[in-house]
Amino acid sequence: MAVPKRKMSRSNTRHRRSQWKAAVPALVACDRCHEPKLAHIACPSCGTYNRRQVLSV
Amino acid sequence: MPRPTKGARLGGGPSHERLLLAGLARELFQYGRITTTEAKARRLRPVAEKLITKAKKGDLHNRRLVRQTITDVSVLHTLFTEIAPRYENRPGGYTRITKIGPRRGDNAPMAVIELVEALTVAQNAVGEAEAATKRAVKEADEAKAAKAEGSEDATSEQATEASAKEQAEGDAKDA
Repeated sequence: MAVPKRKMSRSNTRHRRSQWKAAVPALVACDRCHEPKLAHIACPSCGTYNRRQVLSV
Repeated sequence: MPRPTKGARLGGGPSHERLLLAGLARELFQYGRITTTEAKARRLRPVAEKLITKAKKGDLHNRRLVRQTITDVSVLHTLFTEIAPRYENRPGGYTRITKIGPRRGDNAPMAVIELVEALTVAQNAVGEAEAATKRAVKEADEAKAAKAEGSEDATSEQATEASAKEQAEGDAKDA
């Protein structure tokens, strides 16, 4: 079985982990209720998409 | 020519995918709208629409073809007697997919797929008018191609008329 030859330094580990970040989702305001929501997806707060009721809230 | 679906099937294999899609189609025709993952909804759409097109023809042969997929006879009956007549004037596009965001638990993107409403009288009129304009434009183009430069004035007039009509229809649709 292949195994690492050298110990990974704390510095290398921490540099790698520092690049693992969460991205901020791009939100738009809902047509109907002006709540922030994801684009092209029905509004989770009022349940409408293109002013058509899709989800029962 | 239809291009075969690329990549992995849904479920465990081709036959599993057929069964999954048949089940989803049955539920869709039974309840009118179903919530499922976006991938399944996108695969289901062409299957369901082809079934509705067959149901619109309504003869025995097509009923037998649909029955290969929709094995529940009561759903088959509603499809042929209630759903198909509703789309008599609609030239395709019988379903609507709306994304509703990721699911809790596995973050899978979910969607609602539903049967659209029947065309209203106004929409019907717009559709017919659009078809007429399309025909007119096509005829004008053909005339242009066939005739020499002598008759170009007449055809260009027709074309401008057609484009004005199209604009008016677009406004009507927006309102």
